[in-house]
Amino acid sequence: MVQPLLEIIDITKRYGEITAVDGVSVAVDEGTCFGLLGPNGAGKTTLLEIIEGILPQSAGEILYKGLPRPASFREEVGIQFQQTALLSFLTIRETLRTFQRLYRKSRDLKGLIRECRLEEIVDQHNDKISGGQRQRLLLALALVNDPELLFLDEPSTGLDPHARRDLWDIIERQKSLGKTLVLTTHYMEEAQHLCDEVAIMDHGKIIARGTPEALVSTHCKGATVSLPQSGFPEIQEGFPWPVQKIRERVVIHTDAVNSCLAVLMRNGAQLDEMVIRSPNLEDVFLNLTGHQLRNEK
Amino acid sequence: MRFERLWAVFYARNLEFFRDRSALGWNFIFPFLIVLGFGVIFSGKGFKEYRIGIFPHPSGTVSLDRAKIPAGFKEIRYAEFIGIHSLEEGLEKLRHHRIDFLLETGLAPHRYWIDDSSPKAYAIEGVFKGSLSPANVETLVQKEEIQGKQIRYIDWFFPGILSMNMMFSALWGVGYIVVRYRKNGVLKRLHATPLTALEYLLAQILSRLFLLIFTLTVVWIGCNLFFSFTVEGSYADLFIVFGVGGLSMCALGLLLASRGSSEEFTDGVLNFITWPMMFLSEVWFSIDSAPEWIKLASKALPLTHMVKAARKVMNDGAGLSEVTLELTVLISIAVVCLVAGAALFSWRK
Repeated sequence: MVQPLLEIIDITKRYGEITAVDGVSVAVDEGTCFGLLGPNGAGKTTLLEIIEGILPQSAGEILYKGLPRPASFREEVGIQFQQTALLSFLTIRETLRTFQRLYRKSRDLKGLIRECRLEEIVDQHNDKISGGQRQRLLLALALVNDPELLFLDEPSTGLDPHARRDLWDIIERQKSLGKTLVLTTHYMEEAQHLCDEVAIMDHGKIIARGTPEALVSTHCKGATVSLPQSGFPEIQEGFPWPVQKIRERVVIHTDAVNSCLAVLMRNGAQLDEMVIRSPNLEDVFLNLTGHQLRNEK
Repeated sequence: MRFERLWAVFYARNLEFFRDRSALGWNFIFPFLIVLGFGVIFSGKGFKEYRIGIFPHPSGTVSLDRAKIPAGFKEIRYAEFIGIHSLEEGLEKLRHHRIDFLLETGLAPHRYWIDDSSPKAYAIEGVFKGSLSPANVETLVQKEEIQGKQIRYIDWFFPGILSMNMMFSALWGVGYIVVRYRKNGVLKRLHATPLTALEYLLAQILSRLFLLIFTLTVVWIGCNLFFSFTVEGSYADLFIVFGVGGLSMCALGLLLASRGSSEEFTDGVLNFITWPMMFLSEVWFSIDSAPEWIKLASKALPLTHMVKAARKVMNDGAGLSEVTLELTVLISIAVVCLVAGAALFSWRK
């Protein structure tokens, strides 16, 4: 059996009476992208910062290459925080060079700037760039030491779809180079797109883990039918499938789409604005916890 | 410890300082303006310590040739005579300490009013009564003047104001900046790299020390163009005194910034420390006449020793051997603060 690159064993983190991370154990194999998926406040960032060595754990153990993290751990990993400020009045190039000097081993800056698409802004001050450019800079800082293991905390939060795609491209390139990635996200699209394995967290615990496909097939069979509440007739009594009201829509989870549609039509439901889709990780989370990923409870 | 990492932080911090134009300008302009202002106010004949109201008299400056006040009193130095219309107006000014002494013009017996709680009023009253004494009083006293080269007020004042400026720059430049970086997450980001706390703290201190000496040199050259300072001792000794003093101030700033992420709290603590230092370290005035416990407290303050050593070198021509005590105290404060600051230092909020 291959030794996992990273083993998290029964990690707990308490802040007084509050338990932010509750006995979490996972293993991350080398060369894979491991995602921690969960809503805000689930404990993802706390767990990630414990693994990174930024926060001390209350209990549990972390092994890197089968051993406790060595003193050189920070030389070998790259870290991108969810929110971070940088030294003021420095250009992008100077910021990268400053961080480059903090490591024994580092990448060629030209190549890094090109890979992270920072060429056009390389002489601008680091506080005078857009959100997408800033995230690419933070990713470049995490890559400056050519790390074996990369930690990304909510890398695309707040980005528009185009900027998010750009960032995903850079992350996917790291995957293709055989790097190991651990990322947190509350975007199921991101987890589904980037991750080889996902652990779903809620209230400090891991409630499910596996490949995105396995999670979906295990926890969400069938499909999701959604239609406006105004077009949904009063047929809840004896309706054969679970019905949820989410915002202005009614969501029905069914493993028999044909029968479901027949029942709806028989009861005079308005199907003009109906959407039928295959389940995804959001549905897995909904099924497991009863609440949504993005809108907490 | 790795020099490359220390250099990276040192260099980045210096770039920040020199590119922050507003802060940079203020660092040079503030001490220059203070020295210039006080130099003009306190040097030579323009300086007026006492304000004496004369009534009834048209408002404004009093023409002493025509004023009907005792001739001897007209010769008092460091006094400004102010014309006042009426007794009521004079009493109002006296009550609000806008004048120190109120005198009615005319012949003897001379009527005057003072605020009994005012030390200046007490002094002028003595001078006034003295001015009425018979001329043969000169036979009862013998005037002696200090021998040798006199120390100009500006030469006495300048080392104090430079030291005070270094104190502000060091405490805020290290203390406040580190707390701000902790609050906005810069420290957390640096903590995610191999940079050690010792490397970071040393880089901060060395950077600030370099900037302090740089600022000091520029301000010195600028002020010297106006006042031509007299340095009795060696410039090298003075440089060492300011360097060691700056180091102890930076270390104190580091200790204050070792924990916490509230800029408001740090601001309060820095004010709490700098204000007593400013007034008890003899930057502005001597505390020889202060109670013993104040003098004792003053000796615990690094600024006291820095100012004292700088004045000894600049005004009295002392060498390093004569300021050993002050340098030892400053180095001790620096070492204690550095060790305690490094031990208590936290990267996180």
